[in-house]
Amino acid sequence: MRRIISATVLNESGVLNRLTGLLTKRQFNIENITVGHTEDPAVSKVTLTVWVEDDRKAEQLVKQLHKQINILKVRDLTNMALVSRELALIKVLTTPDTRSEIKMLIEPFRATVLDVSLENVTLEVTGDSEKVDALIELLRPYGIKEISRTGITAIPRGTQKKVLELHPYSIM
Amino acid sequence: MKASWVAEQKTVESSLVSGAELFIQGLQNENVDVVFGYPGGAVLPIYDALYKAEMKHVLTRHEQGAIHAAQGYARVTGNPGVVLATSGPGATNLVTGIADAMIDSIPLVIFTGQVATKVIGTDAFQEADIVGITMPITKHNYQVQKAEDLPRIMKEAFHIANTGRKGPVLIDIPKDIAVNNAPLKEVSDIHLPGYQPTLKPNILQVKRLNEALQMAKKPVLLTGAGVLAAKAEEELLAFAEYYQIPVAQTLLGLGGFPADHPLCYGMAGMHGTYAANMALYDCDLLIGVGARFDDRLTGNLEHFAKKAVVAHIDIDPAEIGKNVPTEIPIVGCAKETLKALNQTCGEKGNSSEWVIQLSKYRSELPLTYKSNDKELKPQKLMEILHEVTKGAAIVSTDVGQHQMWAAQYYTFSTSNRWITSGGLGTMGFGFPAAIGAKVGRPDLPVVAVVGDGGFQMTLQELGVLQDWELPVIVVIVNNKSLGMVRQWQEIFYEKRYSHSLLDIQPDFVKLAAAYGIEGKRAENEDEVREALEAALSSKKPFVLDCAVSADENVYPMIAPGKGLHEMIGVRG
Ligand SMILES: Cc1ncc(C[n+]2csc(CCOP(=O)(O)OP(=O)(O)O)c2C)c(N)n1
Ligand SMILES: [Mg+2]
Repeated sequence: MRRIISATVLNESGVLNRLTGLLTKRQFNIENITVGHTEDPAVSKVTLTVWVEDDRKAEQLVKQLHKQINILKVRDLTNMALVSRELALIKVLTTPDTRSEIKMLIEPFRATVLDVSLENVTLEVTGDSEKVDALIELLRPYGIKEISRTGITAIPRGTQKKVLELHPYSIM
Repeated sequence: MKASWVAEQKTVESSLVSGAELFIQGLQNENVDVVFGYPGGAVLPIYDALYKAEMKHVLTRHEQGAIHAAQGYARVTGNPGVVLATSGPGATNLVTGIADAMIDSIPLVIFTGQVATKVIGTDAFQEADIVGITMPITKHNYQVQKAEDLPRIMKEAFHIANTGRKGPVLIDIPKDIAVNNAPLKEVSDIHLPGYQPTLKPNILQVKRLNEALQMAKKPVLLTGAGVLAAKAEEELLAFAEYYQIPVAQTLLGLGGFPADHPLCYGMAGMHGTYAANMALYDCDLLIGVGARFDDRLTGNLEHFAKKAVVAHIDIDPAEIGKNVPTEIPIVGCAKETLKALNQTCGEKGNSSEWVIQLSKYRSELPLTYKSNDKELKPQKLMEILHEVTKGAAIVSTDVGQHQMWAAQYYTFSTSNRWITSGGLGTMGFGFPAAIGAKVGRPDLPVVAVVGDGGFQMTLQELGVLQDWELPVIVVIVNNKSLGMVRQWQEIFYEKRYSHSLLDIQPDFVKLAAAYGIEGKRAENEDEVREALEAALSSKKPFVLDCAVSADENVYPMIAPGKGLHEMIGVRG
C-alpha cells in the first residue's frame, strides 16, 4: 500500500543521506520525496511516499526513522485527513491548430501556461497526485516532451475525525 | 539574563587551545582511561596531544584489532570503548568492528582523522568518506566542522553511545580542526531534541503483563544482552523467582541469569538446549527482555511461540513487533521495567507443572557428546577450561564451532564475563576482544577461545600481549578446518568440503615464541589441564594449541528454515 510519511529533521548535513540510506537498507521503495525548510530555519520537513506491504512494515519504517538522532518527529499521514499537493511542469508539443484546444483543456485543472514557443507550451499544474495524473493523461495524445514533478508534500488538516485507533503493534 | 552574562564571561576569560587539546579534554571529561588506536598522517596532531597528556593508549597491530579490543573493553566494563585511527585506510579498517558493535549494541566512540577541510572532496591523499561509509552502521556520526564544536560533539557522542540502545558513534576530525585554536570552555547540558530514549515503562502495559502472568500456565522468559546493558540481573532474578518463570537465554544474553539456577534452561536458538527451545516452542506466555528475536534464535517464525501471548520489553521501540507480532509491547529499559513489574507483586499464575516438564527435558536431554579415549573432544576442552578457571574467567570467543561449544559448555554464573560476536559473526573478533577485556578487567583471568581459522585473521595482536605483558590465555580449538563451514558442507552439501579444510597451518607454538610468548600444544585432556593450570598461575601471556577431533559437529542443531522443535542431534 502507498504511505505518506512526514519527517521533521534537523537541517544538518547528512540527514537526508541517513534517511534515504535507511530506507534502502530496509528495502523500502521511495516513490517520491520532497524536502524544504519549515517555519524554523534549523528544521526541515521531508515528505515521503513509499510502498509498503502491510501495516507492520509501515510501523517499522516509522520507528526506524524515528530512531535517527537528527530526525525529530515522524508521522504516518496516510490515514489522516490531510491536504496534499504536488506541482508538475509539463512541456506539450503544439501546432497552431492544437494550441487553443490545449488552453481550453487545461482550464478546469487551473493549470497555467508558463512558456510558449513555436513547437510547444510549458504548463504548470498544482493539485493532488490524481489530478496531476489526470491532466497528464489528457495531454498525452498531443505529445508530451518532458515532465518534471515535485512529488507530494502534505500537511494534516486542522480538524481530524476522531477515530478509536487500536493498533496491534503500536506503541508510539 | 545574568546567567548568560556569566557564561559569556567564562568563554572570554578562558584561553585558546588546539582542537587536539580539546580532544584530550573531552576524553578526560568522560573519564576515559584508555584509547585503542593506530596513528597516521591525519591524526598526527592528536597523537602529539596524547603524548603530552600521557593518556594511556594501546597500540594494536591493525585497526581492526583496536576496535575489537575496544568492544571487549566495553563489554566487561560497561563503559564506552574509545578508538582512534587515521583517515582513509585507517578508518576503513575499522568498518568490520563498527558493524559488529552496531548489531550487538556495544557502546563505542570512534575517532577518525580526516584530510584537511579545504581538500575534503578532492580525492586527497588518504581521503575516504568515512562518515558516508559508516552511516548505516553507526548509531550516529559526525564530521567536525569547527574546532569549537568538538567539546559539544564529544559530549553528545559519549551520551548517545552509552544510553538508550547502546551503539557505536563515530567522530571524523579533519586534520586542520585538530590544529586550529578554539576556546577551552565547559559544555553546558546536552541538547538533543531528536534523541530521548524511553526508560520508564508504560504502566498500562506493565499491568497487562501482570494480568497475563496470572493466566499463564507456561510462561517463559527469553533474556538477551539488554539485561546486561541495563545491569538488570538482580531484577531479573527476583522477577523469575517470584513468578517461577523458566529462563531461556540468547547467545549474547548468557550470564545475565545464573546458569546454575534451577530456573535456567540454558541457551536457545540454532544450537540451543532442547529444554530452552521447547520452552520457546510450547510456551503460552513469552516475555522477551532485551532480546531482538534474531533469526538464529527463532528459527522459522512460522513455528515460533505460536501458542503464546508475546510480551516484549525493549529499550528500542523499533525492535518490538519487528519479527514477532507482539500483544504486550513494553518500551523501556530492562532494569526499570523489571523493577516496576516486581513492585506490583501481582497475583501469580501456576507454572509448577510446566517447570517440572522443562526440568525433565533438561535432565533427560541435556547437551551431550560422544567421547572416546583416543581423541580430545572440543566439548571436553570447554569443560576442562571451566573446571580449571572455576567458571570465573572472562571468556572471549571467535566465531565458528568453538564459539558454540564455549557457549554450551562454559556456563556462567556471573554476568559480564562472556564476550562474543553475535549478530555479525565476525571471525577475528575473539582474540583482540580478549585483549581489551584484560585491559578493562586486569583483576580477572581472561581466556580467548579461538578457532584455528579465525585466530589467523587477527593474530598479529600477539604483539600487544608481548608489549604489555598481558596475561591473556589463547586457547586455539584446532580442528584443522573452518569447522562451522565444514559442518554445513557435511550436512547440507554431501560432504563436498569446498575450501574449508586447513591442513596447512603454521606452528602456533613457534609463532607465539616469535613474539616471546610461551606456548604449548596439547593433544589430550591431561595436557590441556596441566598447561591451563600452568598458564593461569604464571600470570603471563600463553598460547595453547589444542588438537581436537577434526570431524566433530555442533549439536543440537536447527537447520535453516526449520522450527525450534525440529532440532537434530539432540542425543549427540
Ligand atoms: C570474517 C568472516 N569470514 C567468514 C566467516 C564465515 N565463517 C563462519 S564460521 C567459519 C569457520 C571458522 O573456522 P575456525 O575459526 O577454525 O573455527 P571452527 O568453526 O573450526 O571452530 C567461517 C569461515 C565469518 N563468520 N567471518
Ligand atoms: Mg577450526
